[in-house]
Amino acid sequence: MIKTENVVKVFNTRSGVVRAVDRVSVEIAKGEVVVVIGPSGSGKSTFLRCINGLEQFSEGRVIIDGVDLTDKKTNINKVRAEVGMVFQQFNLFPHKTVLENLTLAQCRVRRRSQKVAEGKAHGLLQKVGIPDKAGEYPSRLSGGQQQRVAIARALAMDPKIMLFDEPTSALDPEMVGEVLDVMKQLAREGMTMVVVTHEMGFAREVADRVIFMDEGKVVEVGTPEHFFTNPREERAKLFLKQVL
Amino acid sequence: MKATTKTWPWKLLLVVILLVFAAGIWGAVQKIDYHWRWNRIPQYFLYLDEEAQKIPFDGTVESIRKVGDDAEVTLLSDNSQRLVQTVAADSINVDEGDLLFEGDTVGFVKEWRIGPLVYGLWTTLWISAVSSVFALILGLLTGLARISNNLTLRGIAITYVECIRGTPLLVQIFIAYFFLGTVFDLSRNVCGIGALALFAGAYVAEIVRAGIQAIPKGQTEAARSLGMNVFQTMADVILPQAFKKIMPPLAGQFISLIKDSSLVSVIAITDLTKSGREIITSTFATFEVWLVVAVMYLLVTSVLSQVVFYMERRFAVSD
Ligand SMILES: Nc1ncnc2c1ncn2[C@@H]1O[C@H](COP(=O)(O)OP(=O)(O)OP(=O)(O)O)[C@@H](O)[C@H]1O
Ligand SMILES: [Mg+2]
Repeated sequence: MIKTENVVKVFNTRSGVVRAVDRVSVEIAKGEVVVVIGPSGSGKSTFLRCINGLEQFSEGRVIIDGVDLTDKKTNINKVRAEVGMVFQQFNLFPHKTVLENLTLAQCRVRRRSQKVAEGKAHGLLQKVGIPDKAGEYPSRLSGGQQQRVAIARALAMDPKIMLFDEPTSALDPEMVGEVLDVMKQLAREGMTMVVVTHEMGFAREVADRVIFMDEGKVVEVGTPEHFFTNPREERAKLFLKQVL
Repeated sequence: MKATTKTWPWKLLLVVILLVFAAGIWGAVQKIDYHWRWNRIPQYFLYLDEEAQKIPFDGTVESIRKVGDDAEVTLLSDNSQRLVQTVAADSINVDEGDLLFEGDTVGFVKEWRIGPLVYGLWTTLWISAVSSVFALILGLLTGLARISNNLTLRGIAITYVECIRGTPLLVQIFIAYFFLGTVFDLSRNVCGIGALALFAGAYVAEIVRAGIQAIPKGQTEAARSLGMNVFQTMADVILPQAFKKIMPPLAGQFISLIKDSSLVSVIAITDLTKSGREIITSTFATFEVWLVVAVMYLLVTSVLSQVVFYMERRFAVSD
């Protein structure tokens, strides 16, 4: 479903060249849930953003469901419609109601009629547990509710893949659970997911594989049992000691 | 300390200061022995026009019939041609049976007409409005070009904005009229509106650019991650939010434009300012006219400010 080959992303900053992602090659199968962990600045977000072309990578290849992102003929917007993304800061459209947040891209990108899009939106709001907030503006919602709307917004496009970039990091602790529950349900339904998170409990429970990144590189890959009980790499051990 | 302090002493102080200020001006004017002629001003807003009705042939007044405030005068020419003229009853100059020669005045038609101050204001308003529309379009396009990834577009936008912001509007109007207007054979209105639109457009462009850049990057990323293209993202996500942010400075710019439009009077467009100057040449009521003109500008701009203030509150629902 997702295949990256030696993906490199270089940032030219004032303090020099940063290799945020350094030759990352991973293959993720359909229905797999992969959790990416690693210390701050290790390139997790940047890697995730390379997968849907939000970040233009410097070298390497990314192939999504058989479509090569580096190919000039590839319409990146078509690919992105198949790859939902959920951000740490929710990034809901503040000038639109919850319902409009969910219908906008359906109408513009999927060319669905307003009626069909609204039907879909209501169904998804039901699914994420806030069916009664359709008419509200995002600013009226709690953080947890906003993030669930953001997940619903991404799901409204019927994506084949969902990317999550620290979806619970900006939430008050008591709201983390409700968002993770939605993600767990999604995983059970067989969605292909790549999740950057610091929620080790979630990784343990839901992940099929854990990828540990440091300094732009994939340092260790393995099942949660393997990773959380006896990681090979020193850096992974050190990291686990700090977060667990 | 109490949370609510009394405000009336400060308001009183304000009134006192304003009164002292006004008295000072009053005293200074008394000293130079200026003769105020406020009574001459109203006629430049509205006046009763008297148009003389003249007999177009030699003949006699056959009959006069009163119809309300008007009188219908039936004239009979020497070769038995009849003509009915309607004039104001109290202005009638002739009696039944009078002998008249061609060109004699029968009476006057009285009609209320709008004076030059109102016409001038109207000119100022429509020139500002038309310029604003063009400035908005131009500023929007330039603002977008200014932040585009295309180097050429960006270069054009920067050059335009810098040239306009680095030169006085008065000089721009002269160039538009005496240079471009002559070369391309443009009317003074086109030159005036063009210069104002170009001038305001550059400032609108900067406002638009700042407004767009003030929208968090996450908004663009969210829209793009949903598969929306650059144009859809701009039109549906970024611009609606940016516009809410730039409404106040944009409104300020357009209110400024109304004031700046007074400069087109130098290329003989009869706007409010030019009307004022023309009235002074016939009345010598210099002080009165300029004060009245200033108050008229002030009224227009403050009404607009209020409208904008009201609209801002209406727009603030989703925040
Ligand atoms: N737009 C950018 N310009 C320059 N450098 C950047 C940019 N984005 C990221 N970087 C750098 O790339 C590196 C990786 O950043 P990234 O945000 O991917 O890390 P991360 O693993 O997501 O960290 P965190 O856990 O804090 O979110 C960091 O050193 C960061 O400073
Ligand atoms: Mg990150």
